[in-house]
Amino acid sequence: MAGLFRREYNPVTAVDRVSFEVETGEIVAFLGPNGAGKTTTLKLLSGLIFPSSGEARVLGYTPWKRDNAFRRRFSLVMGQKNQLWWDLPAQESFRLHREIYRVEPALFQRRLDELTSLLEVRALVGQPVRELSLGERMRMELIAALLHGPEVLLLDEPTIGLDVVSQRRVQEFLKYYQAERKITVLLTSHYMKDVEALCKRAIIINHGRINHDGPLEDILDRFSRHKIMDLQFAGTEVPNDLARFGTIVECQPPKVRLEVPRQNIPKILSNLLANYNIEDVGVQERPLEDVIAELFSSDSAAASENANAESTAQGSLPNDGTSALDVEAEQPVDR
Amino acid sequence: MMAQAVRLRWTILKTCVEERLAYRGDFVFGTLVRFLPTVTQIFLWAAIYSAASADPGRKLNGYTYRNMIAYYLLALVSRAFSSMPGLAEGIALEIRDGTIKKYLTQPIDMLGYLFWHRMAHKLVYYAIATVPFVFVFWLCRDYFDGWPDGLTTAGWVASLLLSFLLGFLMEALIGLIGFWFLEVSSLVFIYMMITFFLSGQMLPLDWLPAAITRPLEFLPFKYLAYFPAAVMLHRYTHEQLALELAVLVGWVVVLFIACRTAFALGLRRYGAYGG
Repeated sequence: MAGLFRREYNPVTAVDRVSFEVETGEIVAFLGPNGAGKTTTLKLLSGLIFPSSGEARVLGYTPWKRDNAFRRRFSLVMGQKNQLWWDLPAQESFRLHREIYRVEPALFQRRLDELTSLLEVRALVGQPVRELSLGERMRMELIAALLHGPEVLLLDEPTIGLDVVSQRRVQEFLKYYQAERKITVLLTSHYMKDVEALCKRAIIINHGRINHDGPLEDILDRFSRHKIMDLQFAGTEVPNDLARFGTIVECQPPKVRLEVPRQNIPKILSNLLANYNIEDVGVQERPLEDVIAELFSSDSAAASENANAESTAQGSLPNDGTSALDVEAEQPVDR
Repeated sequence: MMAQAVRLRWTILKTCVEERLAYRGDFVFGTLVRFLPTVTQIFLWAAIYSAASADPGRKLNGYTYRNMIAYYLLALVSRAFSSMPGLAEGIALEIRDGTIKKYLTQPIDMLGYLFWHRMAHKLVYYAIATVPFVFVFWLCRDYFDGWPDGLTTAGWVASLLLSFLLGFLMEALIGLIGFWFLEVSSLVFIYMMITFFLSGQMLPLDWLPAAITRPLEFLPFKYLAYFPAAVMLHRYTHEQLALELAVLVGWVVVLFIACRTAFALGLRRYGAYGG
C-alpha cells in the first residue's frame, strides 16, 4: 500500500561494464537467459536508449545521438515487433522505406527482386500483411530491414515462434546474405540452432555482465566439464559396474550412454577396452544447448568464472580500428 | 534534398490514405452515422427555445434559435478540423509498447510523420463527410444570414486550418506525456471533457458567465470550435479578427515548441519499454 503514496524506484543495473568489439563483416551471437541484458545492449547500439555511463560506437557513430547518416546505415529487427503496415501489402511499406532511406529506384528494384526471390516471397508482396503467416511476415520484415543496404544488422530473436522450415529458411538466407554482403551482424536468439548455423563467435551475457567472448566451440571447452561416451558391448548384456566411470545417461543393452569427466577420457577408455569386450565406441561433445542451459542456471558458477572470462575476452580481441561495433557501457533501468 | 523531402511526405500521405481505405465500408458508415446526433441536437434547441418563449425571434443570451442552429453547425465544421481522435492515445501506446522504436531507428521525424499521417486521415474524412455536410447545410440553409464578406470568409478558412494545427499540437503534447506517465487514457478523457465545454462545442462560449469566459481568453481551447464559428456569424470586426488570428498563430508556435521540447526531453527519459 505504501507504494501508492510514495513510490520507490530501485535502480537495476541492466548491463554492467559490458565491453566488446565486433569486426566489420563479422557475425556474432549474443547469448544469455531472459533478462540478461541482451536486448538492452541491442537497444543501446541502435540508439533507442542512453547509457548512464560508458561509450559505444557503431560504424564510428555514437548511436544515441541518432544521426540520420548513422540511421541510414544500420537496421534493427526484433522478432516480436512489426514494422510493416498491418493492413497494407508489404510492397507499400517497402515503397515508404525507399523514400525514408532515399534509395535510388533502380537499386531499390534490384534489391527487392533479389531479396524476395531469396526469401521466396515474391508472389506475396502484393498481399495485405495481416493475411501472411508468421514465417512469411518475418521474411517480409527482413526484406524491409535490408532494402536500404545496411552495413550493420542487429537481430533480436529473428526466428522466434517460427516453425522449423521457416526457421531454417531464415537461417540459410542470413548466412548467404551475410557472406555475400560482408555485413556485420549481431544476433540474439534462444534457438541454439540459429547460433550454430550462423555464428563462429559468441558473447555470453548474464546478469548484465559478459561471461564469455570468443569462438563458439570454446564454450564447450570452458564450460562443459563432461563429454558423452556411447558404448556398444558384445553380447546382449551391459556390465553393472559402469557407474564408476561416470553418469549413465541412457541404457539400452547392449548399448549404453555415459557422461564422463572430459579430463579422464583417455584413462576411462583404456580401462574399458582392457576389461570389457566392446564392439563400438564413440566420444562426443554434449549438445551446446545443454551446456549453455546449465551455464545460465548455475549462477554461482557463472559469477566465479566472470572476472576470468572478461579479461580473456578483452585480451584476445584485436583493436586495429576496423571494428564496426565498439561498446563499453552501463545501463541502469528503473523498475 | 528538397524534392526528396517533399516526395517522402507525399509517400507517407499516399500510404496513409491507402491504409485508411482498407476498411472503407466501416469508415463511410461510421462517418454517416455520426451525423445523426445533429438531428436530435436541432430538435433539442427547438424545444429549449419554444419552452422559453413562443416568439420565434426571441433571443437567449444574444442568440436567436436560427443563430443557435447556425452556430451549432459551424462549430461542427470547426471540430471536423480541430478534433484528432486517437492521436494522444496512439502516441502514448506506441511509447508504452515500444513500437515507437521504428521512428527512432529510421531516419525519420516522428512528429512530422504523425502529422502527415493525420493529414491523410483528415483528407479521407473530408472526402467522405463533405457530401453529408453539404446536404445538412443545404437543409438548414434558412438558419444562416448568407455569406459574410470576402475578408471574413478568408479569415474563417485561415482559422479552420490553424485550428487543425492547434488541435494536432495539443493532442500530440498530451500523448507525449506518455513518456513520463505511460498510461494517459484518463488524462485524455479529462482533456476531451474540458475541450467539449471550453472549446464551445457544446454551447457558444458567450453563453457562459463572464467569470468563466474571461480566463478562456487566455487559453487556446476557444480556437478549436468557438472562434471559427463566431467568425462566420459576424461576431468579430476585421481588426478583431486579425488580432485573434495573430493570437492563434502565437498559440500554434508556442505549442509547436512545447511539443518539440517534450519530445526531446521524453526521449532522454525513454527506456524503450516492451522487450
